Amino acid sequence: MAERADNGQSPLPDVAVEIAGLHKWYGEFHVLRDINLKVARGERIVICGPSGGGKSTLLRCINRLEDWQRGTIVVDGVELTDDPKHIVAVRRDVGMVFQQFNLFPHLTVLENCTLAPIWVRHMPKKDAEALAMNYLARVRIPDQANKYPARLSGGQQQRVAIARALCMNPNIMLFDEPTSALDPEMVKEVLDTMVELAADGITMLVVSHEMGFARQVADRVILMDEGQVIEINAPKGFFEAPQHERTRSFLKQILH
Amino acid sequence: MSAISDQAYLRVLPAQKLPPPAERTGIFNWLRENLLSSPTNIVLTFLCILLFAWAVPPLIRFFLIDAVWSGTDRDACLASPAQMHPGACWAFVRVWVSYFVYGFYPLAERWRVDLFFVALTLGIVWLARLSTPRRDLGALYFFVGLPILSFILLHGAPLIGLPVVPTSLWGGILVTVVVATIGMVFSLPLGILLALGRNSEMPVMKLAAVGFIEFVRGVPLITVLFMASVMLPLFVPEQFAPDKLVRALIGVALFASAYMAEVVRGGLAAVPRGQYEAARALGLTYWRMMGLVILPQALRVTLPNIVNTFIGLFKDTTLVFVVGVFDFLRTVEAARADPKWTTPNTTVTGYAFAALFYFVCCYGMSRYARSVEAHLTRAGRR
Repeated sequence: MAERADNGQSPLPDVAVEIAGLHKWYGEFHVLRDINLKVARGERIVICGPSGGGKSTLLRCINRLEDWQRGTIVVDGVELTDDPKHIVAVRRDVGMVFQQFNLFPHLTVLENCTLAPIWVRHMPKKDAEALAMNYLARVRIPDQANKYPARLSGGQQQRVAIARALCMNPNIMLFDEPTSALDPEMVKEVLDTMVELAADGITMLVVSHEMGFARQVADRVILMDEGQVIEINAPKGFFEAPQHERTRSFLKQILH
Repeated sequence: MSAISDQAYLRVLPAQKLPPPAERTGIFNWLRENLLSSPTNIVLTFLCILLFAWAVPPLIRFFLIDAVWSGTDRDACLASPAQMHPGACWAFVRVWVSYFVYGFYPLAERWRVDLFFVALTLGIVWLARLSTPRRDLGALYFFVGLPILSFILLHGAPLIGLPVVPTSLWGGILVTVVVATIGMVFSLPLGILLALGRNSEMPVMKLAAVGFIEFVRGVPLITVLFMASVMLPLFVPEQFAPDKLVRALIGVALFASAYMAEVVRGGLAAVPRGQYEAARALGLTYWRMMGLVILPQALRVTLPNIVNTFIGLFKDTTLVFVVGVFDFLRTVEAARADPKWTTPNTTVTGYAFAALFYFVCCYGMSRYARSVEAHLTRAGRR
């Protein structure tokens, strides 16, 4: 889409994220074991699996909220190393939505959305506010712009968090269990927002147990367990003819 | 009866909203519930009233009713046929009050001190009132303009016709206010840096911050002041050795910053990890993350403790007398020894005046902190 321009850089590579031979240990605990994954531009990927399986950790490696001991991750052509310049470049380009929303409670909804455009992109305040109002309108809460996050419902807060990430015009969006902390009646409004976003063609990696969402939106579904990628499959195959025994037992547990 | 109502209770009409029962309102019910709710409560209430009745009237009589308000020397405050039991000798305070405020600051130059007090008050009100406009300019004024202005005013600038007044002539409330203000203005940013250093992942920074904090906290302020005043000149050439007052200022500021660092660290610990992650995920650099996201929340949470440290600092300024700086309490000490005013009540009155001054200042700070806290809670920002 037009407003998600590539920030004046050279045309984006066709591979949005490339993860090769990734290993990570927490002390003795081998949390990610030999992860290899190529995400094409515009692809929507849903990662599921039992808790403690390394899904969130993998997602958080992609914008280097976690570091790792072995392997490489290349995001939009930039290899993530210890170099802070590379890290900041990737983080500008990758939006993230958290399970616990993590809105800044001391700032209004609007200020939450304009903070990074102003301070990271050095955008004039007026432009940043116009941009923020545009995205707040798209997640359908423009009228809450001057409230503080604590005054909003969980679903509204998560939609603000999505708008906040979009305000940086990211090419890739990461969703870390975006609906797990929500009351049941608010899950749908957040999922609807994400479905609309997917229709825009942005590259998405979503850690979620919302299997309906995965069926509807995902290009590929991944099952992770014990730090490994067990199965990668198109949704139809994943849900109707899973290849791996572990996938079958997992699906049986969550689709009752 | 329909089939449904056989199976389950269904409300057909909406339940009415009712006012609360009468016994929950009114002054007598308040008294009964809060003061006389149980035998223990009744006994305690009674004892407190007794204590109050025993302690307060004599104090009022001594400090207000029997007090001597005017006079030119001790005779006014001594027992006489007209006044068999004279109370507090406020006449003494009235005669000495300009010394309490200015110390030995030359009479002809005291307008400069007055102007300094006005400038300081303006800065404090500008910053402290949440509703005043352009508080960013206020901060610039307070942290940049005011120090320069104060230095020119108090110390003097011969170039523009203000003769230099050496700090040995400064004294009283002037010195107390200068030491306290500089201590506060420097200890907060220094304390923040120390707290960030202590939380740093860089081992050298961490070690330096922890070393400084633990060392200063492990040493009494008097020792820090002595070290600042005795040891500092050993390390710098004599002509660069800072002024006595400056040494005391450095000592107080460093001492307070170590405590401030621990207070701020507590605030930092109260900010959830998710806030750091969200800020970093947006691409904010370390200093922007701290300045825009983490510290505003940390300082808000810890505001009562910051003010508590300020109050402690304010009272600690009384210790600068050990290095020969004449603060407010020291001027009271000196004045009460005046033979012209030796009466049985002079000392008590002098100290009561000092206590009143410190109490008003500290209570003011405490009330201010409470009102800001209440404001922030109301705004729902926390």
